[in-house]
Amino acid sequence: MNMMNVDPAICNYCGACVGSCPVNCMFLDETIVRIDEDKCIKCGFCIRACPVGAISADWWSE
Amino acid sequence: MKRYEYDVLVIGAGPGGSMAARYAARHGLKVLLIEKRPEIGVPVRCAEGISRAWMDEVEIEPQEKWIDAEIDGAKIYSPDEKSVIKLSAEQAGNEVGFVLNREYFDKYLASLAAQEGAEIWLKSPAVEIIKEDGYVRGAIVRRFGEKVEVRAKIVIGADGFESQVARWAGLNTVLRERDIVSCIQYRMTNIDIEENFTHFFIGSCAPGGYVWIFPKGRKEANVGIGVALNKLKSKGEVKKYMDDFIEKHEYLNKGSIIQIVTGAVSTCPVPKRIVDNGIMLVGDAARLIDPITGGGIANACISGKYAGEIAAKCINNPSKECLEEYQNKVKERWEKKHLRNWFVKEKLAELSDDTLNKLMDVVSKEDISEISVRAILEAVQKKYPELIEEFEDLL
Repeated sequence: MNMMNVDPAICNYCGACVGSCPVNCMFLDETIVRIDEDKCIKCGFCIRACPVGAISADWWSE
Repeated sequence: MKRYEYDVLVIGAGPGGSMAARYAARHGLKVLLIEKRPEIGVPVRCAEGISRAWMDEVEIEPQEKWIDAEIDGAKIYSPDEKSVIKLSAEQAGNEVGFVLNREYFDKYLASLAAQEGAEIWLKSPAVEIIKEDGYVRGAIVRRFGEKVEVRAKIVIGADGFESQVARWAGLNTVLRERDIVSCIQYRMTNIDIEENFTHFFIGSCAPGGYVWIFPKGRKEANVGIGVALNKLKSKGEVKKYMDDFIEKHEYLNKGSIIQIVTGAVSTCPVPKRIVDNGIMLVGDAARLIDPITGGGIANACISGKYAGEIAAKCINNPSKECLEEYQNKVKERWEKKHLRNWFVKEKLAELSDDTLNKLMDVVSKEDISEISVRAILEAVQKKYPELIEEFEDLL
C-alpha cells in the first residue's frame, strides 16, 4: 500500500509539508497537495510538520 | 504549447518576489511576476510584526492602509511568566515597529513592481523548470489550467518556504529536522492584551520556538506558535500546543478565533549556494530567515532588491559566475548574523524551563539599551558567560 493521504477538510494549503520534504516529492498547487509516492522516502517529516494534522499514511503509527 | 519570452521570470509574488520584479523592471528589463494563488497576500502566512528601520533602504514608504498597529517595543516572558524582558523602542531611541496587514502590504509591493513595468499573472503556478545546457531558461507555467512555456534569461525563485524552484533547479535548500519550525496562528478578537507591545513566550510552551501575541488594534491580535520539528512527536501536535497555551491564559480563552493561519519557517544558517546558471533565490526560498526571531519580510525585500539589480547587471551573461555577486552580497549581509542566531537558537532549545526562568530573572533586571538579539546576548554574557562561550566570536 504505502499510501499517503492529505485530508482536504483539514488541510490549509500552507505548504509546510512541501518545504519540509527532504526529497521534494510534494507539490502545492493553488488548492491541492500532490504527492509523488514513488519518490517518497517515508520519513514522516510532512506528517509532523503539518500544523493541523491533515496528513496521514498507512505506514505511520501515531 | 504557447510560448512567452521575458528577460526575467520571478516565481512567487510575496515581498521578495515583488521587490525583485520591481528592481529588475526599473533597470529596463522585461519582467514577468507569477503567483499561483488567485489573490496576492492571501492567505496570510505570517505573524505580521516588523521593525521599520529597513524600509528606506528598499524605498517603501509606510502606508496607513497596511499598518494595523504601531508598536513601541517587545516583551519577552520567562516560562513561569514571572520575569519579563522589556525592549522598549522609546527608551532605546529606536524607531517604532509595525504590525502589518499583509493582505494589503503584499498587494502594495506588487503594485510597486507593476509601476516599474513588471507584468503580473495570478493563478499561475510554475510546475516545472526549463533547463538546457546547464542553464535555467524559464519555467512551464499552468495559467488558468493551460500549460504555457515561459522563457527567461534569468529566473528568480521567490516561492517561499516550499522552495521548490530551487530544488527543481538543483540548488540544495533541504532543511534538517531541527531547522524547521511548524507554525499555527489564530487571529483572535475580544482579547485584553497590552496593545503597543509585541509579546513573546518561551520555554516548554513552544519547544524550539515561541508563542507570540502581536496586537492588531481594536482588541484583536495574532496569537501564534512555532515548534521545532525535532520536538514534535505526533500528528497535529502544533495545534495542541497552541490550544493548551490559550486555555491557560484567561485573557486569551475568553476571546474568539476569527482566522486560522498555518505555515512553516526555516531557522538555518545561510545556505552555501543560492545562485546557479540562470537562477537566483530570494527571501524564504533562499532560507534567509532570522533563526531566532523567525522574521523574514525585511530579508525578503532586501534580497529581492539585490537580486533585481544584479539581474540587470548580468542579463547578457546570466552565468553563475556573474550571478555570484548576488550570493556574495547576501552572505556579506546575513551569513555571520544568522550563524550566530542559529547557535543561540540551538542553545535555547536545550535549556529547561527552570534554567530559562533563572536566566531571565537576571537579564530582566539589566538595562538593555537596544532592541536586538545581540543586546540580549551581551546581557546574558555578563552573567552566564559559559552559555555564550561557543559563539562569542560571532557577537
